[in-house]
Amino acid sequence: MATETHGEAEAAAGMPQLDFATWPNQIFWLLVTLVVIYLVLSRIALPRIGAVLADRKSTITNDLAAAEELKQKAVTAEKAYQDALANARTEAAKIVAQAKTAIQKDLDVAIAKADVEISAKAAESEKTIAAIRDGAAAAVSEVARDVAAELVAVLGGGADATAVKAAVTARLKG
Amino acid sequence: MATTVEEHAAGGLQIHPMDQFVVKPLFGHGPIEWYTPTNVTLWMAIAVLCVVALMVLSTRRRAIVPSRGQSVAELFYGFIHKMVEDVAGHEGLKFFPYVMTVFLFIFMSNMLGLIPMSFSTTSHIAVTAVLAMMVFLTVTLVGFYRKGTGFLSMFWVSSAPLILRPILALIELISYFVRPLSHSIRLGGNLMAGHAVIKVFAGFAGAMGVASVVPIAAITAIYGLELLVAAVQAYVFTILTCVYLRDAVGEAHH
Repeated sequence: MATETHGEAEAAAGMPQLDFATWPNQIFWLLVTLVVIYLVLSRIALPRIGAVLADRKSTITNDLAAAEELKQKAVTAEKAYQDALANARTEAAKIVAQAKTAIQKDLDVAIAKADVEISAKAAESEKTIAAIRDGAAAAVSEVARDVAAELVAVLGGGADATAVKAAVTARLKG
Repeated sequence: MATTVEEHAAGGLQIHPMDQFVVKPLFGHGPIEWYTPTNVTLWMAIAVLCVVALMVLSTRRRAIVPSRGQSVAELFYGFIHKMVEDVAGHEGLKFFPYVMTVFLFIFMSNMLGLIPMSFSTTSHIAVTAVLAMMVFLTVTLVGFYRKGTGFLSMFWVSSAPLILRPILALIELISYFVRPLSHSIRLGGNLMAGHAVIKVFAGFAGAMGVASVVPIAAITAIYGLELLVAAVQAYVFTILTCVYLRDAVGEAHH
């Protein structure tokens, strides 16, 4: 026992790595360890991880393909939408143009009618105005003659009605 | 023995940076036979459990949209799978489970070794040497099996001038046989050195009182570095395995 302790102490003082008495022990347990790890890895872990990685790769590939397909669909849908939009715009423009033409036609007819009415009314009015003016002028000369005759009479002149009339008419013209 | 301990105690500094690497029986103090359950057994078993938890339990739902654990498992799978395919060639994919085993064991052991008070199995030359010899033997046997004597043509550099070829063949041959040595010592040495340095600083921290802030800061920094080393060394060991496998399965690249 004492010698063993001494031997251990000596080994500790030097390099335990070079204590060849422990080598068979270490090598034996190392081989056991390596065999166990190898069996665990090659039988269970590595095939499993390899399968998981392959699965993931195929899943990702499939998902990417599906995404590409959906993207294509989206592009098609957008194109259809744009087409529909363009069609609708053309249609709307056509309808607007039609409506404009119809309204213009109605408007033109109405304007023509109104013009005719307006000119008729204007002619009538002018006639009336002319009649009134003539009437007024006649009245003015009548009044002037009467007033002149009266003035002459009042001032004491026994003037002849015809002479007064002629004088007033001459004055009015002058 | 007692006097040595007293002398150390009198010095105030008692650092045993290599104690952490001692292989001890888990039960009792008997001699270590090849079958004795030791701390090696314990930490390798924990590494196995971690590998199972990561690669099997976290992937049990086989989810298309992975959980966090499954993501990590898939990350490792993809990383090593790509490495094997890129470096060793398409033919090398037959060795993918083997390379994955090596990588996960080394990675888990390195990381577990960074838990305080744990035992890092990959800091032992016995472990790394076996891993490297397995790669070496696999490459040699598979190379001869697949290519016959044509495997030897990798030592005969046909692109070099004829006079140089025997010399180059000798150099290639030596470098071929040195591979398992460098392959194993690179991993074991890195791990051992890092852990020993942390232990030394930890010893300082225990003895320096208030000033131990400095070694503790140093331990923190080195711990970060060791995390990097743990991952990088697992990566380096694995990618070299792939490079060597290419000699056996790939086209000649000389």
